[in-house]
Amino acid sequence: MPKSLTPRLAALRDEIHGYAKEFGLDFFDTVFEMVSYDEMNMVAAYGGFPTRYPHWRWGMEYEQLAKGYEYGLSKIYELVINNDPCYAYLMESNPEVDQKLVMAHVYGHCDFFKNNFSFRHTNRRMIDEMANHATRVRRWVDKIGVEKVEDFIDRTLSLENLIDQHSPHIRRNPDPKRAADELKANEGVEGFKVGREYMRGYINPSEFLDSQRKKVEDEKQRAKKFPERPQRDVLLFLLEEAPLEPWESDILAILREEAHYFAPQGQTKIMNEGWASYWHSTIMTRRALRDDEIIDYADHHSGTMGTRPGAINPYKLGIELWRDIEERWNKGRFGKEWDECDDLRARRSWDKKSGAGREKIFEVRKHYNDITFIDTFLTPEFAMEQKLFVYGFNDKRNSWEILDREFRKVKSKLLQGLTNFGQPIIEVVDANHENRGELLLAHKHDGQDLKGDYARETLKNLQSLWRRPVNIITRYDNKGVMLRFDGTTQTEKKVEL
Amino acid sequence: MTLKIHQDHSRFKQIVRGKIKANLRKYVQKGEMIGKKGKDAISIPIPFIDIPRFKYGHKEQGGVGQGEGEVGQQLGPGAVEPGEGHQAGQGEGDHALEVDVTLEELAQILGEELQLPNIERRQNERLVTQKIRYTGINTTGPESLRHFKRTFKQALRRQIAAGTYDAARPVIIPTREDRRYRSYKLQNLPETNAVIIYMMDVSGSMGDEQKEIVRIESFWLDTWLRHQYKGLEARYIIHDAVAREVDRDTFFHTRESGGTMISSAYKLCRDIILSDYPKSAWNIYPFHFSDGDNWSADDTRQCIEMLRNDVLPNVNQFAYGQVESPYGSGQFIKDLREAVGDTPNVALSEIADKDAIYASIKDFLGKGR
Repeated sequence: MPKSLTPRLAALRDEIHGYAKEFGLDFFDTVFEMVSYDEMNMVAAYGGFPTRYPHWRWGMEYEQLAKGYEYGLSKIYELVINNDPCYAYLMESNPEVDQKLVMAHVYGHCDFFKNNFSFRHTNRRMIDEMANHATRVRRWVDKIGVEKVEDFIDRTLSLENLIDQHSPHIRRNPDPKRAADELKANEGVEGFKVGREYMRGYINPSEFLDSQRKKVEDEKQRAKKFPERPQRDVLLFLLEEAPLEPWESDILAILREEAHYFAPQGQTKIMNEGWASYWHSTIMTRRALRDDEIIDYADHHSGTMGTRPGAINPYKLGIELWRDIEERWNKGRFGKEWDECDDLRARRSWDKKSGAGREKIFEVRKHYNDITFIDTFLTPEFAMEQKLFVYGFNDKRNSWEILDREFRKVKSKLLQGLTNFGQPIIEVVDANHENRGELLLAHKHDGQDLKGDYARETLKNLQSLWRRPVNIITRYDNKGVMLRFDGTTQTEKKVEL
Repeated sequence: MTLKIHQDHSRFKQIVRGKIKANLRKYVQKGEMIGKKGKDAISIPIPFIDIPRFKYGHKEQGGVGQGEGEVGQQLGPGAVEPGEGHQAGQGEGDHALEVDVTLEELAQILGEELQLPNIERRQNERLVTQKIRYTGINTTGPESLRHFKRTFKQALRRQIAAGTYDAARPVIIPTREDRRYRSYKLQNLPETNAVIIYMMDVSGSMGDEQKEIVRIESFWLDTWLRHQYKGLEARYIIHDAVAREVDRDTFFHTRESGGTMISSAYKLCRDIILSDYPKSAWNIYPFHFSDGDNWSADDTRQCIEMLRNDVLPNVNQFAYGQVESPYGSGQFIKDLREAVGDTPNVALSEIADKDAIYASIKDFLGKGR
């Protein structure tokens, strides 16, 4: 059972809390709980919510975490939940200096959760909501049977990434331009304007008018298409349009809500971890560290910041970028003058003593997500200093290798990986494909092919929800392909794009 | 308190078990998992326990990394982690999730799926071992068994009671009376011992494929018998015209050439049993694998005689597996069948190819002896 803090740790918490406030961090109340390593693994397996609905996947997660811990390969240091109040877990067996580090880190996260715009639409009572979800799922299990419910959850999870991360921010208003177009289209076809009446037959011959009329007709047909515009929140679309049983739509709604709750954390991984690391580093080194703790602190901090060649460590990239922004705004290294300065020496010693760094980073943590963060603040100097590179797979040598260190390529690869969480963008384009009630999805291909075996399995799961045949248009080796599953057989055919 | 996760965890294990069960035949035929054997567990690749999603293939994706190195330099193995998002991974093929299954569990699955009966041990389980169990706490005892925590607690309790404990300077000094020691009891445990004696024909006619079959089959036999007996011993004999005892590694990897005198192996087997494994204390399982080619009818006669007189009366079960080979005549199993086929503790099986291993395991272990 989670325990509350010992008096000693409570005193430390109050101390760190004081520093966090002093530096201007702004967060919900934060509740720390002590757990054993096993409980920590459990909570982490549930994605931070011990009260979640029953499913074997948490068990799988738990097994992997427990093994990693037993073999000494991995250990979870911190776990914090975006909720009001924020909940954070401390591991009982950690030494005091680690507890302090984790607390400072957690206050950083809590500040980010509260202030970053991406989290504005998240449910701040998610702990209660998750418990409610679990109750609902359990009730369906009692009524429908565990196998059926579990099977449905498995199939839905397969589509879990097909949400529109922006949809909580979207408010659909009637589009005035479209309405105007509609009116105009109804006015009928008149052809080009004719100055002299005797020219009419030449300027607007009847074949031309017919073809114009047909065009308008087609346009109307297209407008009647369903959905009217491609829809990226496939889960929402299924929820509204698929012929689901009541229990199925309830569970689908639950899973979609949870996916949307976690989405902002995926969108701000680099910023959020970087921000928390920036603050644990600042609070620890400027205030909280005692002399005899420095070595341990340095050891653990550098462990967190460690990088491998084949991956980006969000903690490391994040903290460095935050520090870089702070330094640039402290020294006035921004704006037109700075951008146009080509003199390397001047650039290197550039210091306008603007001192606006702290203020700037607080502003940035409010209005950016990983994509805009990287897009706006990643500079060529920074990429060089951090030794960033693009890597890829060399089929001939059958190994991964460094492809390029050029700034633009590094940046665009980095952004590509962040777009839509590095997930393919897939939309519902037609729910009445071929006028047979079939579902047609389209993959917006951006140079990367879908993983074939997974795509086919996923299609099967989609079909089981839609009931009618489902199709997806994508590209393999630069050729258009339509994958189809009609409930019994998989087929594949070429399509023109 | 039992953690809630245990429900989900056991459900996960159940699913894994189901997957293994459903694919057991496939796993049995494949030797690959034997290579992944640890001390008490084995990693089994389970395809499609992972939830399928629309996602990118790893190889096309690549990503951004951080560190030293020239353009064109290879990233070391393991540098790129298979995973989601912008962290790319290895090839598509090796993506199956690997799950650790204990050999104990694997044996259970094997038992359930092949409907193997539990082995009836021989009644003469007279061997008794004594085991020390630490069951209590005593105020006297040897220093090596001192229970530090209890001693410390006792001292702390005494000091608090006496009012000599100072929280500001928490020094605890145990005295003689504070010391606590672990105390033990001796327990008698009946023990059953078992030994497998593997014999294999390594003459020229036994090719790599035949040996692979023996290797896979013996892995499963081993797993099952270990499940039935704690502390199973194994001895290995290879033979062509002469027999010798070898270690496990040599057993599976030696290739000799020349003729075949099965009697040499049976003779050695008999000697091992008579000298090291008295019938009264051991459950004995000789397994012999060959392609069924023997030197002469005379030698076969000798073999049968030895089996009848010295081996069969001493062992739980004698098993002979004949692996089909393009060179062997396959005569031996016919001779055995004729001579000792009716004896209850003889199991004979013909293994045509890898597919037949599954059935053959059942031939060997289905008698429950």
